[in-house]
Amino acid sequence: MRVQLFATCLVDTFFPETGEAVLKILDHYGVNIVYPREQTCCGKPPNSAGYRKEARQAAKHFISVFDGTDPIVIPSGSCASMVKNHYPDLFKDDPKMFRKAEALARRTFELSQFLVNVLKVHETGFPNGHGKITYHASCQLTRELGARTEPLELLKSIKGAEFVPMNNADRCCGFGGVFMGKMPEISMALADDKVDSIIETNADIVTGCDHGCLMNITDAAKRRNVDFQIKHIATVLAEAL
Amino acid sequence: MKKPGGQSINFRDNARQALQNPTLRRAMRHATETFRNKRNDAIDGIPFEEWREQASELRKSIIGNINGYVDEFAVNATKRGAIVHRAKTAADARDLITAILKDNGAKSIVKSKSMVTEEIHLNKCLADLGFRVIETDLGEYIIQIAGETPSHIIVPAIHRSKEQIGQLFCEKLGCDFSDDPAVLTDTARKLLRQEFLSADAAISGANCYIANTGSIVLFTNEGNGRMVTTLPPLHIVVTSIEKALPSIDDLPLLMRLLPRSATGQVLTSYLSIISGQRMAYSTMDTKRLHIVLLDNGRSEIARGPYWEMLKCIKCGACMNVCPVYGMIGGHAYASTYPGPMGVILSTLLNGLENAHPLLDATTLCGACAEACPVKVPLLKLLYELREMRVAKGYNNTLEGVSMRGFGIAAKNAHIFRTGQASAGALWPLAGILSPVTVNRLPKPVKRTFRRRFS
Repeated sequence: MRVQLFATCLVDTFFPETGEAVLKILDHYGVNIVYPREQTCCGKPPNSAGYRKEARQAAKHFISVFDGTDPIVIPSGSCASMVKNHYPDLFKDDPKMFRKAEALARRTFELSQFLVNVLKVHETGFPNGHGKITYHASCQLTRELGARTEPLELLKSIKGAEFVPMNNADRCCGFGGVFMGKMPEISMALADDKVDSIIETNADIVTGCDHGCLMNITDAAKRRNVDFQIKHIATVLAEAL
Repeated sequence: MKKPGGQSINFRDNARQALQNPTLRRAMRHATETFRNKRNDAIDGIPFEEWREQASELRKSIIGNINGYVDEFAVNATKRGAIVHRAKTAADARDLITAILKDNGAKSIVKSKSMVTEEIHLNKCLADLGFRVIETDLGEYIIQIAGETPSHIIVPAIHRSKEQIGQLFCEKLGCDFSDDPAVLTDTARKLLRQEFLSADAAISGANCYIANTGSIVLFTNEGNGRMVTTLPPLHIVVTSIEKALPSIDDLPLLMRLLPRSATGQVLTSYLSIISGQRMAYSTMDTKRLHIVLLDNGRSEIARGPYWEMLKCIKCGACMNVCPVYGMIGGHAYASTYPGPMGVILSTLLNGLENAHPLLDATTLCGACAEACPVKVPLLKLLYELREMRVAKGYNNTLEGVSMRGFGIAAKNAHIFRTGQASAGALWPLAGILSPVTVNRLPKPVKRTFRRRFS
């Protein structure tokens, strides 16, 4: 199988190691990866802030770059939801673009959903897990994409590691994209609550499918004395391979 | 950018203040978590999704014909001896209510909980005119003696701890200090009993009104609603037009959904269906029943693109699940209606000019839309109103400029790469310009992921 990879701005700019982890996992399952080099941003920030014109500019570019019929894999629930759920809405008054956006949406998958629902990887059986892992369920992944079980199936099937659920796992960590910049005080307070939930689990690693959340949690964690690591689900899986 | 004058809400400062109040934060955390857990228990093992869907379809059809139901209700309530008034604006409603009270020679008024009377700022108006107004819902009574406004549409004193309420009672009512809820309730009950017996008028809200019977319906828990609506000789109901139900047959659906969503109760403690004036065979005084139906912009909202907000049945479930509301409480919104439904409804009722900062009071997490028992697409409306804010020029100027730059970069990978590289180089500068945000982010890497493919 061949897929197109949309790495996301955060992976590209801040966390290239997550991109490497995605390549490693997909390669393990025999997937050929195409990285369209003209990719930029999915347009999530302007879309969330109400800048429809700018969001459409980004969406148009994305649609032209991710041409063809191959599945598109995105290691982020919020970016994947942008493409799957918001692109068609952005072009609801433009029938030609709307059809393209809908076709694109149908072949776009967040990483954990791609692994479980397309590749049918229910049990990774990855041998090299270790320690206790807990999981933060990010908002768009959970509520816009409905991916409530896929990441858990993957994490629970890592051998050698123990999965420990956290309380209020699907409560917002306070990232919220532009929210983090516009309401930093509330954002930090919510991230502090999330860190409390993580600490309660005694986990060694907290993971999730969105670097936005993990970044916000990292900031709250660094202001406290915590001893857990924060890793994207792709990294957790790749390290256990 | 065009920005008409007028005072807009300073949400960020309000929120900052709320966050610095540890008592408020403890109270909010405890109360919202309790309500969330109770609601989850109350919807467990029942066909909640099916009921939600039915209720959503019902509310949709009602809002599509809202003025038809107002007319039908007015005819049927009038047949039963009620006097029905329509108020186009908040000022009209205040004038109508004041005139009814004066015509009846009423001076002393007991009230049961009504958010619509908060929306029209009725208590202040009546107090200024020399009426004695006593709130009789315990939460409302607490905030009335504290000189506050409700911070939740169902639980008005949610922001206060029982210790604070004990101190307040001690100070304002002259009783001994206690933080035992049973003792505090008993203190209020004794004082309120006198008020019920001596009041010469009552004002209540309504959870819904029923078009085909001309009835108004109250869901209450403390019994005060029954006292208010039966003891004084005059009863004025103040409600808003969107609270229609076509038929009494539709009531059971609301009875199942509203208490479960609001407080996690399977059934409300008291359900009152008031159909017209007291009948002739009653042994008590003939009661005069006036019903004021407030529009205050709702007919226009019903015709516009955001009409789905009017499906709302005012249960407060969206507040209890909202991470932002749960952190700061309701007063930070400086609006009658706080939380997710409040952000939207306040924007629609008061206009972007006043309410646009409230559109930042959301992480767009979507928990509200998921909890809503009538499927108001709260998340979609939040996105759409943010678009409206930009379209009408109420956005932040600097944000607008950077988003335009972003739009250009997103169209061209070369510009995008250049932007990334300069972000890396300019990171220390960005840290000086916007320290709170930038210092919370990691530093951009030297070798971006895309470079491995070049």
